Amino acid sequence: MIQCLNVYKRFAGREVLSGVNIDIPNGQIFGLLGPSGAGKTTLIKILTGQLGFDSGRVTVLDKDVKALSGEDKKKIGIMMDQFGVYERFSCADNLKVFADIYGVPQSRIKEALEQVGLADAYHTRAVNLSKGMRARLCLARVFMHDPKILFLDEPTSGLDPQTTRQIHRIILDKKESGCTIFLTTHNMEEAASLCGRVALLNEGKIVESGAPEEICRKYNHQKKIMIHLSSGKDEELTHTPGAADEICRLMKEGKIETIHSSEPDLETVFLELTGRKLEEEEENEKQHDSF
Amino acid sequence: MKNSMIVFKKQLIDTLKNKTVLIQFILFPAMTLIMENTVKMEGMPELFFTKLFSVMYMGMAPVTSMAAVISEEKEKNTLRVLMMANVKPVEYLLGVGVYVWLICMAGAGVMATGFKGSGIVFYMALMGAGFAVSVLAGACIGIYAKNQMVATSICMPVMMVLSFAPMLAMFNENIRSFSKIFYTQQIRNFLEDMSLCNAGKESVIILLLNAALAMILFFIAFRKKGLE
Repeated sequence: MIQCLNVYKRFAGREVLSGVNIDIPNGQIFGLLGPSGAGKTTLIKILTGQLGFDSGRVTVLDKDVKALSGEDKKKIGIMMDQFGVYERFSCADNLKVFADIYGVPQSRIKEALEQVGLADAYHTRAVNLSKGMRARLCLARVFMHDPKILFLDEPTSGLDPQTTRQIHRIILDKKESGCTIFLTTHNMEEAASLCGRVALLNEGKIVESGAPEEICRKYNHQKKIMIHLSSGKDEELTHTPGAADEICRLMKEGKIETIHSSEPDLETVFLELTGRKLEEEEENEKQHDSF
Repeated sequence: MKNSMIVFKKQLIDTLKNKTVLIQFILFPAMTLIMENTVKMEGMPELFFTKLFSVMYMGMAPVTSMAAVISEEKEKNTLRVLMMANVKPVEYLLGVGVYVWLICMAGAGVMATGFKGSGIVFYMALMGAGFAVSVLAGACIGIYAKNQMVATSICMPVMMVLSFAPMLAMFNENIRSFSKIFYTQQIRNFLEDMSLCNAGKESVIILLLNAALAMILFFIAFRKKGLE
């Protein structure tokens, strides 16, 4: 459905994307993870035809991205972080403009607003919406015409946990209905909970890709089991037959309160591969911007 | 064409809610009606305020509103959303341009109430031609400007020259010789005579050159900057 072959992009002499390869089958949620400046938005702009590239091949809907027709583009929904809404318009009027463009029946407007939990804000002017509500309005606008592919650039960035959960539910619903979703994020938990496959992007290069759990297992070098006993003591066991006997004994004696394997999360894998943290980088940059 | 109509409808709804743009469309027609009906002085030319305000309206409303609409959409990133929804730049500009032109023509229709018979047709034709040039000038500024602040700072001197030079030319010969290179001054001259017959070839050529220049600048701006 979406394919990138050896894509290179340079800006002012700086290589922003270096030989990016991606292959996303139909109906999958694919997550592109990386800190700010890694090249996520550049890649999403290339995939959506907003930006050219220096070399390589990009196909979307099994067609060269440069050869996508108007009808093809109507099968794609794009939600970029910086995309705006018509602030003087009500939520319904905002969607009406795009319903007319996509040739979607007007009844779909109400349905779309209900799906994102904005049914009560039907007549509310967009300028009066909170950041989370505005993000949901953008999401409603994107999937109102039932696109086959959704490109979501940091869809939950800066949103509260409740709105984030609501947006995750909507994304998963879209996946259930057969939509292919490409999302960029720097939030590892979001990627792990939503995506069937992820790629870790750092300085324009994909440093690792695969199913989140596979990646975590692959980088589980320590292979330890952490046990918290009812006495309050913590025990760390390695993967050995002796440890299995020990766990069995503790369980029989009813001394185990919690037990966890110690495979790393995506954040730890990213740190191991690049020496960089995702969230930390993001926060540092925000702080830097605020100065 | 369908997308241009959608942009047109969107703009119509938006203007009703956007007081700053709305006031530009109704200010001069309202002032004309008020002044023509309240100020009567001995020796004052017929329809003095109508002709004076018509040229000011022509040089002001289409330029500023066109530039404001395009630059606001660029600043708020709604233009990019439209482009991503497969609205072509030409369709967008056509939708906004026709909308601004028609609204201005409606305003001119209100201002034309003092004319009679063929005078109305002549007046509306002149205003239509002037609005078309102004719409192109406003589009150039909107395309060139990154945001509303830049658009306003470019619009202001352009608007001042186009709108006020013909009025100041009534009192100062030097300004008159300068302002004659602008289409608004030539249209003011045509309105004074209410005929093209008295105007020399020069006036018509200046008008056509202004139109051609606006069109060339529009294409240069569009080719260079697009709607990004």
